[in-house]
Amino acid sequence: MPTLTPQRLTELKVHANRVREGIIRALLAAGSGHSAGPLDMADVFTVLYEHVLRHKPAEPEWDDRDRLLLSCGHIAPVRYSAMAYGGYFPVEELLTLRKFGTRLQGHPERVRLPAVETTSGPLGEGLAQGTGMALAAKMDGKSWRVYVVTSDAEHQCGLHWEAAMTAAKFKLDNLIAIVDRNFIQIDGSTEDVMPLEPFADKYRAFNWEVFECDGNDIAQVAETIEKAKAVKGKPSVIIAHTVPGKGVSYMEGDYTWHGKPPNKEQADQALRELEAERERILAHG
Amino acid sequence: MASALDGVAAMRLAELKDPANVKQVPTRNGFGEGVVDAGKRNRNVIAICADLSESTRMLGFKEALPDQYIEIGVSEQLLVAMAAGLASAGKIPFIASYAMFNPGRSWEQVRTTMALNETNVKIAGAHAGVSVGPDGATHQAIEDIAIMRCIPHMTVVVPCDSIQTKKATLAVAEMTGPVYLRFGREKTPVVTTEETPFELGKAQIFREGRDVAIVVCGILVYNALIAAQTLAKHGIDCMVINNHTIKPMDEETIVAAAERCGAVVTVEEHQVFGGMGSRVAEILAQRRPAPVEFVGVHDQFGQSGDPAELIEHYGMGAVAIEAAVRRAIARK
Repeated sequence: MPTLTPQRLTELKVHANRVREGIIRALLAAGSGHSAGPLDMADVFTVLYEHVLRHKPAEPEWDDRDRLLLSCGHIAPVRYSAMAYGGYFPVEELLTLRKFGTRLQGHPERVRLPAVETTSGPLGEGLAQGTGMALAAKMDGKSWRVYVVTSDAEHQCGLHWEAAMTAAKFKLDNLIAIVDRNFIQIDGSTEDVMPLEPFADKYRAFNWEVFECDGNDIAQVAETIEKAKAVKGKPSVIIAHTVPGKGVSYMEGDYTWHGKPPNKEQADQALRELEAERERILAHG
Repeated sequence: MASALDGVAAMRLAELKDPANVKQVPTRNGFGEGVVDAGKRNRNVIAICADLSESTRMLGFKEALPDQYIEIGVSEQLLVAMAAGLASAGKIPFIASYAMFNPGRSWEQVRTTMALNETNVKIAGAHAGVSVGPDGATHQAIEDIAIMRCIPHMTVVVPCDSIQTKKATLAVAEMTGPVYLRFGREKTPVVTTEETPFELGKAQIFREGRDVAIVVCGILVYNALIAAQTLAKHGIDCMVINNHTIKPMDEETIVAAAERCGAVVTVEEHQVFGGMGSRVAEILAQRRPAPVEFVGVHDQFGQSGDPAELIEHYGMGAVAIEAAVRRAIARK
């Protein structure tokens, strides 16, 4: 995959900005949901859907697609927004988030929305399912890859590490985990609630290849995923350091925005800030 | 009423008259044979084991079909969730451990990644019931039917002997959807033959009768048949129904049996709360109210002991079934 040209980088930045806009509009319409995580992962999801994934939005269940799993289902708005802006469904459908009859359930359901790959929300289950998929691909000699996006706090779940051990045992180099390392969870800082550090060392001890990057720097994210794809004989993890609530000034770094949506006034301010940022990107790259 | 089955049951019953000579084979052996056949018939059938390959009888699969076998160590939550991932990529995983851990430990993974996610995973719950024996209460799953039958989309099957367990294994491999297949550790009487039909969701009348319908599943079918034989000598004519599919249950056969006999006794190696008997009572309460007596474990945990001794102690032996039948008749 070619390195990002300056023009492409600008396009992706604008795209991520639109994804954030979609998140804010969806959360306002829903009146409930999570804000900080979706916003901080908009850059990663933009890179995945627009630059990395082998997929066909018009044929969501194409057999040879790369599988993108969202283990921390509560940040679904970022995935839904990235899918909408990526051509899977109309952007206006985002306004059905969490409403009766919607395909965009509060936590994603595979049976309702093809290509979300798993039903998620109960934490710590994504890597286990991704490990199963990656192993199936190896057994069948398939070239598609599995990407599993996880939160940092779900590394407090035992099942996640059962899967980490197993992925290493089967040398699943077609499996890449991406951790949203934003240091927040419902009850506060991850390091206060249940310390995760030394985080990278834990994965190394489980025989994974470890990469770290700024998860809000699109060029870095793209470059790091390329490095992870080149790893042979073991699974890779990318610890993506993100700023919770990224892109909305009053949310950035504030854990209290983990599990609540903006009200009308707050959403309007967020959308104004995002629009100003978009103009800045278009003017200066 | 399935009269064709009566002949088969009667034929077997003649052989069962001398319990000392009845052939005894663990139901888990039937699973072991069935899963190998299923794996040979369809190469997408895979077996995943959590460090219990010999005792769950997956060892034969490992030896016969090594490329379709996966060992993941002691991690039962992973067993389910990883299988769901494999299933969503086209595999048909059979996942085996003791019923106490699979699905006992992994219930939320079963609900989310198997059932809500609609993946084609087959749980093989081995060593179910108090008949595990000396291992004691920690390893005696007697709540598993209840926690599985309340999950939408789940099929729950409890075959009665080793031959039927093999047939059930092959049958669930052929159907699409999440399944819980329950079987035991001990050698238990073989009450069916290779020729006995087996159809998922279709209860089998193993003995005709008109006074009380004994609705039973699993290894206790034998005890129910022995109880019916004894009661017949005292002029009490029991129908015996092998109710192997707990979900979806064969409502028509259950309702027709209550209609004919006017009283029902349910028998299962499980808590009487929430299991097979509870489902029978739900059906009858709605469609054909009748007195029901429940044979099973009554709100207790098990303990160490010989399997036969524990079955007797917890009130699931033939004599206890006879007493339940008499209670049911008295309530008519």
